Amino acid sequence: MKLHFFHLMPWPDLPDDFQQKYRSVWVDVPSHLYDPVRGHEVYNDYLDELEYAASEGFDGICVNEHHSNAYGLMPSPNLMAAALARRTRDAALIVMGNSIALYNPPVRVAEEFAMLDVISGGRLVAGFPVGSSMDTNFAYGQVPINLREKYQEAHDLIIRAWTDPDVFAWNGKYTQLRYVNTWPKPVQKPHPPIWIPGGGSVETWDWVTQRGYLYAYLSYFGYKRAAGAMRGFWDEVERQGVEPNPYRAGFLQFVGVSETDAQAEAEYGEAADYFYNRCLHVATGFADAPGYRTMKTVKSGLMAQIGAAARQLREGLKWKDFIEQGYIVAGSPETVRQQLTEVAKGLNVGHMMLLLHFGNLSKEQVTKNTTLFAREVMPHLKPLFSEWEDKWWINPLAPADRRDPAPAATERAPQAVK
Amino acid sequence: MATTMEQRTISVRDGMFEAEVFEWGSTKGEPLLFLHGSSSLVRGPYLEDLGDRYHVIAPTHPGFGESTGLDHIDDPVDMAIYYYDFLDALGIDAAHVVGHSLGGMLAAEVAALDPHRVRKLVLCNPVGLWRDDAPVLDFFAEDIDRLQRAVWYDTEGEQAKAMRPDMSDMEKLMAFMYESMQSLAAAGKFLWPIPDRGLAKRLHRIAAPTLIVWGAADQLVPAVYAEEFRSRIRDARVAILPKSAHFPMLEEREDWVRAVTDFLG
Repeated sequence: MKLHFFHLMPWPDLPDDFQQKYRSVWVDVPSHLYDPVRGHEVYNDYLDELEYAASEGFDGICVNEHHSNAYGLMPSPNLMAAALARRTRDAALIVMGNSIALYNPPVRVAEEFAMLDVISGGRLVAGFPVGSSMDTNFAYGQVPINLREKYQEAHDLIIRAWTDPDVFAWNGKYTQLRYVNTWPKPVQKPHPPIWIPGGGSVETWDWVTQRGYLYAYLSYFGYKRAAGAMRGFWDEVERQGVEPNPYRAGFLQFVGVSETDAQAEAEYGEAADYFYNRCLHVATGFADAPGYRTMKTVKSGLMAQIGAAARQLREGLKWKDFIEQGYIVAGSPETVRQQLTEVAKGLNVGHMMLLLHFGNLSKEQVTKNTTLFAREVMPHLKPLFSEWEDKWWINPLAPADRRDPAPAATERAPQAVK
Repeated sequence: MATTMEQRTISVRDGMFEAEVFEWGSTKGEPLLFLHGSSSLVRGPYLEDLGDRYHVIAPTHPGFGESTGLDHIDDPVDMAIYYYDFLDALGIDAAHVVGHSLGGMLAAEVAALDPHRVRKLVLCNPVGLWRDDAPVLDFFAEDIDRLQRAVWYDTEGEQAKAMRPDMSDMEKLMAFMYESMQSLAAAGKFLWPIPDRGLAKRLHRIAAPTLIVWGAADQLVPAVYAEEFRSRIRDARVAILPKSAHFPMLEEREDWVRAVTDFLG
């Protein structure tokens, strides 16, 4: 199986009374809580953590897109991927991804993803999320009931922009272009692997399977609660008569590795609390704009990730609950190995996206977590699913065609004028 | 004398739309088209009262209630054209048009784009214009308590209580929530994220005599907007009802009905 390091890039300094004092971490979170000087440090630490994960042998490093969000400081994940492209060599750059209905025109995504693919020598995984209601409807003003149709049109346009060798005209409902002619085109043919992050919309399973894309279930509530959604996906795969290759699916999991189970609690407990009780504090009214989810999904009883129902899943929970309910897999390397094997087999997921940074973990803690995971856990998991071929993976340039960046140049001191 | 309600389905544009229609009053009366707001049609006695004098035709908009065809409508202009087709399907050349909230915005579009279809126009707490200093409440996101305070003059009054769902009956509560989500999802097509789709550029085209009626305590669409509408419409007057908010036809039904019928004649 393949293991990826995922970073959300949360703001680490939300005050202790954040939940009491403010109504939401997202959409209208007060900007005075952000400090750009500290932000400089935070971004650079977070990028270091991603680069370190790549150097420790993770298959991929993941970034994602959020807006007006204090737990996701990447309005543009493409900027992060560009920075990482020059400082990593082999890891896949998994951009999870661009909310394609937000780009006007959507060929911007075709262009930027192609640039990333070319710069990185064919290491891009292109994620196309619909995007959360907070991001798309509230922060970016998209009409909720139109969002999925606009997403579909953007998808169709981007795929054609990557694959049609000719200049073409696009007369869409949301985008009209007389000349579509994307330069550059991606290295990977016909295009980079496409991963669809989902939160459990029933229509997504059908579409992802038909298109042959990877379905990544991104839940903050662990593998036990994900079982229903993943079963829905695999049922749809079976219904369409497609092979249940585990590499069709990805899954997100919080992980904390330490020497012992007790030590894991001591080291990661506070950060877990920070994530669940500050980062997920979203005003109910922003969680699920009317029309964002289809009535079919609403009536299917699948719970929204955020909002009143989700709040019940996290409020008042302690470390013991996080562990028992599987929100966080934490403990000694042996504990983590066992549980992740169970997760991978139970959900039949060949790609696991691991949040080894979460909440307000320090760089030292993340480095330790990453090192222990890479050296003590990863080697035991990689052989899983070796009987299957991963058709959803990057296809980089041959070594002979690769060009490595020159070592970073040291800056010249300013010259005195003679 | 209360009139009885009739219900039927009207096929519009060769079946592209199926419109659910509620009617009150004699079909011999002057036609009055009532266009409802974002929370769909409230079938209250105010419609019966109007039915005493007019042939009241109150459809649900495409995408609301049982009416279909929202996929064929992208904006308020499409909706106005749909209502011309709807009137054609009923064989009505011109009607009085009364619109509430979102329905007020749509009624104004209907009256502006083809003035001869509207005899007299009543706009009740309409949306459609925007002032930075008096923003329309973000009713898509506000919590229920804030919304209640915004739309009622008396949150503990009979009308406010009657409109609240029965919290003790889970099945009814779910049905209420589904219907409310469906209505707001459809309303978003015309009102999200800012309820302004350029109506201000078209209001000057309205030729029909116009009454703007507003519940003074409305905090959803503040009554300052009454003057914004009046000043842009050629022949318009304003009636402010002091003891109601966003639903004056419910909270001050008698005064509302009198204001409307006195105006329509």
